[in-house]
Amino acid sequence: MTQTISRIPFRAQPSVIPGFGLTLGLTVFWLSLIVLVPLSSLFLKSATLGWDAFWAAISTPRVVHALRVSFSTAAIAAGINTVFGLIVAWVLVRYRFPGRRIVDALVDIPFALPTAIAGIALTTLWAENGWLGALLAPFGIKVAFTPAGIVIALIFIGLPFVVRTVQPVLEDFEREAEDAAESLGANPWQVFTKVIWPSIMPATLTGMALAFARALGEYGSVIFIAGNLPMKSEIAPLLIVIKLEEFAYAEATAIAVTMLIASFILLLCINILQRWAERRERRR
Amino acid sequence: MRIDVKNLTRVFGDFYALRDVDLSVKSGELVALLGPSGSGKTTLLRIIAGLDWADSGDIQFNGVSTSGRPVGDRQVGFVFQHYALFRHMTVYENVAFGLRVRPRQQRLPEPVIRERVNRLLQLVQIDWLADRMPAQLSGGQRQRVALARALAIEPSVLLLDEPFGALDAKVRKELRRWLRRLHEQLGMTSVFVTHDQEEALELADRVVVMNKGRIEQIDTPAQLYDTPATPFVSGFLGDNNALDCHVAAGSVLLPGIDTTALERVEVPNGPARLYARPHDIAVVPDAEGEATIRFVSTVGAFVRLEAELPDGRIVELTRTREEQNEDPLAIGVRVGLRLYRAQVFAA
Repeated sequence: MTQTISRIPFRAQPSVIPGFGLTLGLTVFWLSLIVLVPLSSLFLKSATLGWDAFWAAISTPRVVHALRVSFSTAAIAAGINTVFGLIVAWVLVRYRFPGRRIVDALVDIPFALPTAIAGIALTTLWAENGWLGALLAPFGIKVAFTPAGIVIALIFIGLPFVVRTVQPVLEDFEREAEDAAESLGANPWQVFTKVIWPSIMPATLTGMALAFARALGEYGSVIFIAGNLPMKSEIAPLLIVIKLEEFAYAEATAIAVTMLIASFILLLCINILQRWAERRERRR
Repeated sequence: MRIDVKNLTRVFGDFYALRDVDLSVKSGELVALLGPSGSGKTTLLRIIAGLDWADSGDIQFNGVSTSGRPVGDRQVGFVFQHYALFRHMTVYENVAFGLRVRPRQQRLPEPVIRERVNRLLQLVQIDWLADRMPAQLSGGQRQRVALARALAIEPSVLLLDEPFGALDAKVRKELRRWLRRLHEQLGMTSVFVTHDQEEALELADRVVVMNKGRIEQIDTPAQLYDTPATPFVSGFLGDNNALDCHVAAGSVLLPGIDTTALERVEVPNGPARLYARPHDIAVVPDAEGEATIRFVSTVGAFVRLEAELPDGRIVELTRTREEQNEDPLAIGVRVGLRLYRAQVFAA
């Protein structure tokens, strides 16, 4: 027996799915072409500035303010989208009502609609003489051409992310586990926090991160409603475009790199939070 | 805890899942709800647990109505068909769940919880799995976790929905015996749902046979097998020959079978339906006999045969191996059939 085995010449362990080498090669090539090359050229371009010039480019009050507006509005919008996205996903999964499929399809509209159209529609709606803007104007609340308008545009374009990431997880969630928790004496709040939430939390955080990333880079819908007043409602992506139009390429890439690093750190934090929460849940 | 189900009706749309169901389960009893799928047995179990509600009727625990009492208040341990373990928690945390969700004033101190969870894990013989996640367990182990979790709240009623449905035959048999012992050891009132009659007959003190939302019969396994009360129970439980016959003045007329040994039946004259167990029909080799052997199988403890009556109907029979060895019956042999016991219902 052992002799027969030893006579078999050595061969790489055959994989169940063939073509590993080819597909991995294609993957690496494609990712390099689409993601890595543009990103590295971004870093290289900004590196031509040198450290001092780089710092000077991103530390002017206007740039700092634009970055602050961009990050804070994106964060607020992502937060609001997380709460309401969860509710929408919950309703779509848990209840059967007439028109459910239509509501389900509506969720995708922000994905499909050209963002500039969304921006114009939102601006006409929230401008002081628009349908909604006119209602708020008597109270002295201005939405269009302020950071509040930016948040509204970002909520609009970010809505599908949390809904679409949480929905399938919620659909897969075993209803019997809820019954089980209830029969063991858990109240509805405990059923949600101890049984449902731990299952959907990773998906929720993913959706939130996606919504945030999308909001941070959003340009088309924001520039109409924001009014783009420097030091007030100017977002970083717009500032990049302005710098490009002034042929200040290196400065533009400096802002871009700053945004890139900041959002990378934020996404990393969310990821760590996700892991930590999972581990904590497991340990308790 | 004594359970009384009174006049329970549950309707889904225009489908009666339960219709006027009455049932009493004595304290400490182990009762099986047996029936084909769609017979309402799981719905009944869920309503007893408080996970579903009745459209009319009442459930009483020790004579007190449970209506309006939420699931969590009923002191009911429920074991779900697919275990419904909390996937993100360890085995230990799954079992401890019922103790941790108690209102703060009633919550046990951590050492007491630990002591009790470990004791339960030992009871269900999986203490060595305490730190595993449910996904890492086999079906039988998950079932034990589900049971330990249900027992952690010290329920006075244990309800099990198809507890062995998803397990393979060998594990199922083992767990069945173990559950019986556990039930006796803990002295709870237990009700379990099954569609497996062997399981129900072997495990339960009494079996409730359900069909189309109604209870057909409630009896001990032996009585249920020997004296089925309705045609449905006769056809559902065990092997049975269902034969159309005629009744005249209390005696059964069945061409091709000698029915003279039967007791008088209390069925009105006219067409009737007879149910006879294979082992209640004696088969005698007889060249003049009216039946012909058509099939012989010698696998198992008994020899199974099929005989064809003159009108073409097939009757299932059994013989012991000794009988077959002494006096072999082969395919094509003519035999006489004599019926000793049967249930007869008016058609």
